[in-house]
Amino acid sequence: MKEGETALASRRSHPVAVDKGWVSSRAWPAIKKFILTKPLGAAGGAVIVLMVLAALFAGVIAPYDPIAINQRLQFSPPSREHWFGTDEFGRDLFSRIIYGARIALFIGFTASFLGSTGGAIIGVVSAYLGGKTDLLMQRVMDILLAFPLLILALAIVSVLGRSIPNLVLAIAIPIIPRTARILRSSALAVKEQMSVEAARAVGSSHQRVMFRHIIPNVMAPYLIMLTAQLGSAILVEASLSFLGLGTAEPTPSWGLMLSGGAPLYAEKAPWVAIFPGLAISLVIFGFNLFGDSLRDALDPKLRHRQ
Amino acid sequence: MWQYILKRVLLMIPTLLGAALLVFLLMHVVPGDIALLIIGGDQGGDINYQEVAHLREQLGLNRPLYVQFLSWIWGVARLDFGNSLWTGAPVIEEVSIRLPVTLEVAIFATLVSSLIAIPLGTLAAIRQDAWPDYVVRVVSIGGLAVPSFWVGILIILFLVIFFRWSPPLEFVSPFVDPWANFQQLVWPILSVGYRYAAVTTRMTRSTVLEVMREDYVRMVDAIAHRDIPVVQALVLLTAFVFVVINLIIDLLYAWLDPRISYR
Repeated sequence: MKEGETALASRRSHPVAVDKGWVSSRAWPAIKKFILTKPLGAAGGAVIVLMVLAALFAGVIAPYDPIAINQRLQFSPPSREHWFGTDEFGRDLFSRIIYGARIALFIGFTASFLGSTGGAIIGVVSAYLGGKTDLLMQRVMDILLAFPLLILALAIVSVLGRSIPNLVLAIAIPIIPRTARILRSSALAVKEQMSVEAARAVGSSHQRVMFRHIIPNVMAPYLIMLTAQLGSAILVEASLSFLGLGTAEPTPSWGLMLSGGAPLYAEKAPWVAIFPGLAISLVIFGFNLFGDSLRDALDPKLRHRQ
Repeated sequence: MWQYILKRVLLMIPTLLGAALLVFLLMHVVPGDIALLIIGGDQGGDINYQEVAHLREQLGLNRPLYVQFLSWIWGVARLDFGNSLWTGAPVIEEVSIRLPVTLEVAIFATLVSSLIAIPLGTLAAIRQDAWPDYVVRVVSIGGLAVPSFWVGILIILFLVIFFRWSPPLEFVSPFVDPWANFQQLVWPILSVGYRYAAVTTRMTRSTVLEVMREDYVRMVDAIAHRDIPVVQALVLLTAFVFVVINLIIDLLYAWLDPRISYR
């Protein structure tokens, strides 16, 4: 704890100014250090990179068309032609899982980005304005927090209807209050700093204080929340699709692949139920390992929370 | 203390009302008319609009929104959630049929997860940054990554393929035949419980780590000249109290909210 406090204190007393050369001058050494000191996080990062590559180059990697039906091949076991076997429509499971990475990562990234960014804006504005606005905004966030993530997403998607943009929205909305709460407390801490008070005293505009002093100083908790929510966004998408409220056939979504016939034909064709679940678990495992280590690396104070 | 509890309870009221309002509004922004859906059904075809208007009248859908909300809230306060628009049965009945099973699974899953999580979490914290800590952390992060619904499928798969055994299909109450009930529910309990165990292990680990940094633990440590059994016992007991309190809160939460998901 001691170490963490001093690290945080030193960062607090020297607010990071906006520095355009940051990425080029400091990113590579930082990444190298992360890999060396956090091997588990680096392993998670490797899984993520692998999944992103699979999603980007799905068309090149996948040996078959993920939605091409071939009844003669129904429930072929894993073989040299079909690595993961085929499903009840004779579709190649390996190709479907590779294309499934697109859906999972697209929904995961967009939903957690929209949710965390929305939450960050609400949290920072709420902390900066304070008073009645803050109180009101926080009560609204409390109300949203009263619902478990999956339940709220389920309610929203059942109202909006099944489509990918609706799914992204349904997963992003429950993420907002979770990020807003954390970012508000970080922004409150920054707001109390001398530098912010001094900036106001010398006549900086609200806009300038916000962009030069507050936002750079809440980037770390923002990034932590963003990565922390990625895994749960993907899990919620898989759960919704499994429940029949997510993506619709014939979209190759991992959760959907587990719902349809998978449990019914499990005895006859266990591969249909095994491989999509492995893909879901692997990608969430990667994001969680990476997110955990990123939290340790960026904010020692947060290390022992959660 | 009582004042604090009272204050917290009173503060819950606006939040709950807000949650009710949110659910209500969410359901009423649905594009489409429920009366039209009931009458039109799946066939579509000719729709008698007089009939639709009559049904709207009957269901109270033509009243102003705030009147609908107030009458609904008044019902909710008396545990009357209205009737299902499809089956016509009272919603509370539909819920209470399913509630006992959900409760049983929730309570036992919490117990199972605590039995796994408390020793593992404590071990990881005491051996922080050594191999037991790494193993426990990887296993618990892994547990978080594996969806419960998939574990459920896998359990059934392995039971059927390897043991040619499947649980009795019709639900048996534990008061009628505890053994049959156990055979049915042990698998859902395990598939929900292991995931919750992953969450609780991480919580136990961080709680124990925090407790170990408290001054009195350091003092005991110093006085006892690294008397490891004493330190372990104190830390474990304190963590145990924390985790039991968390357990009670979770049980209460699960009891109050049967839809709870362990995420």
